Amino acid sequence: MIRIRGLLKSFGRRRVLQGVDLDVGTGETVVVIGGSGCGKSTLLKCVVGLIPTDGGTIVVDDMNLQSIRGDGERSEWRGKFGYLFQEGALFDSMSVWENVSFGLKYMTAIPPSRYRRIASEKLALVGLKDVEDLKPAQLSGGMKKRVALARAIAASPRYILYDEPTTGLDPIMSDVINNLVLDLQKKLGVTSIAVTHDMKSAFKIATRIAMLHEGRVLAVGSPAEIRESREPAVRQFIEGRSTGPIGAV
Amino acid sequence: MNDFLDVLGRRILAASAVMGNFTLLIRASFYWLFRSRLEMRQTIIQMAKIGADSLPVTVMTSFFTGMVLALQTGISSQRLFNEPLFVGTVVSFSMVMELSPVLTALVVAGRAGAAIAAELGTMRVTEQVDALLTLGTDPVRYLVIPRFLAFMLVLPILTVMSDFSGTAGGLVVSVMRFGIPENTYWHDIIDYMETKHFYHGVIKSAVFAFAISFICSYRGLSTTGGAEGVGRSTTGAVVASMVAVLLLDYFASSVLVAMGIP
Repeated sequence: MIRIRGLLKSFGRRRVLQGVDLDVGTGETVVVIGGSGCGKSTLLKCVVGLIPTDGGTIVVDDMNLQSIRGDGERSEWRGKFGYLFQEGALFDSMSVWENVSFGLKYMTAIPPSRYRRIASEKLALVGLKDVEDLKPAQLSGGMKKRVALARAIAASPRYILYDEPTTGLDPIMSDVINNLVLDLQKKLGVTSIAVTHDMKSAFKIATRIAMLHEGRVLAVGSPAEIRESREPAVRQFIEGRSTGPIGAV
Repeated sequence: MNDFLDVLGRRILAASAVMGNFTLLIRASFYWLFRSRLEMRQTIIQMAKIGADSLPVTVMTSFFTGMVLALQTGISSQRLFNEPLFVGTVVSFSMVMELSPVLTALVVAGRAGAAIAAELGTMRVTEQVDALLTLGTDPVRYLVIPRFLAFMLVLPILTVMSDFSGTAGGLVVSVMRFGIPENTYWHDIIDYMETKHFYHGVIKSAVFAFAISFICSYRGLSTTGGAEGVGRSTTGAVVASMVAVLLLDYFASSVLVAMGIP
């Protein structure tokens, strides 16, 4: 269970998160939607501890991010999460299997002799085979995303954070990734937060959708509830209109 | 006037932030150096990149520098004394104490330092540095320490090779241009040079290695702004490293001389 209360984050004078409240229940996939620059990725990075928060609390499994002290606790916190980066963030100098197994060395006690086999298993789970020895530069956009997903789940985290999982992919590959997200939720029973502005993807993978607007969660509900929402900003966003309370930046 | 003070204040604050963050990077590096297992594979890869790849250009630079030194010394000496005297002494002392450490550091800063800043900068803007954190390791531990150790081990070795290369360059000109017997050239060196002269250059090269590795790592890791930012970081890292080498050269020499290591 992830519980976020009153989360604040500013960059200089720009207040990005102005009191975000959000609960993510065990086994849920909550999709956070919102316009570009509204703080969706910042929210994910605050949750995993990549950027420090200015205020508020984030509690995961009774562990409070704000009360973490020392490297041991920080590692324990980050070890709870698998993180899929927007562009994959694969290490260019390493092969695919080295990328996938990278976290095993630092987050598990698994002997190195088993790394390659585990990498192959995780790659198979995301529908890839015979790519272990390729370099990221030799992969297509969709394959990179899937390798990054395999890397995110390699150490068997309980939570997966997806930062724009379908950005930059064609509609067919986007659907492949959406199915993978659903598949992983079923097979691994993970709890997930995904941020996206791809509404087709949001409606497909979400158990609940939260709309982030002006630094706060404006509306939260099931995909059906969000689809029927009368909130003007939500309506504007899901209908993709340029006019309305959300200004085009 | 208020605008001027505003700009001045912002510049001072920005410079203080850079110095503070640079100091924190050095502190974090020593923290991880003594607390975590060494990334041996990464360190060896960096040693190969910094050392082996920089060796040809370092040797060539010092060889020709040695040749020029011998030529200038020989000609000056001929004008004053009608014969080229102490060419080996001048070449070897100049190379060992001053030119080898400084030239090698400048060459390596331009080549390997730029590569480090560009690589780390690219990793920063493509979120690979963040990915390291989410995969359970610290970027300072995984990226900075191997580069720092590689620089500290390799730059002194390159400097020693540069010493030999420069001295060899001086020998070629001494023998072929001035007809100085090979034995005389070597005796001019051995009769006057002591081990402490050799240490002087090697210790200075270690000081330069420390500065270059941290400056280039810091500039790389603090990159913002995509491809343009990577370019800016790379140029900034090389310029700052070269300026640091030249400044530190004077201060390190002063300290070493005061300590009796001339």
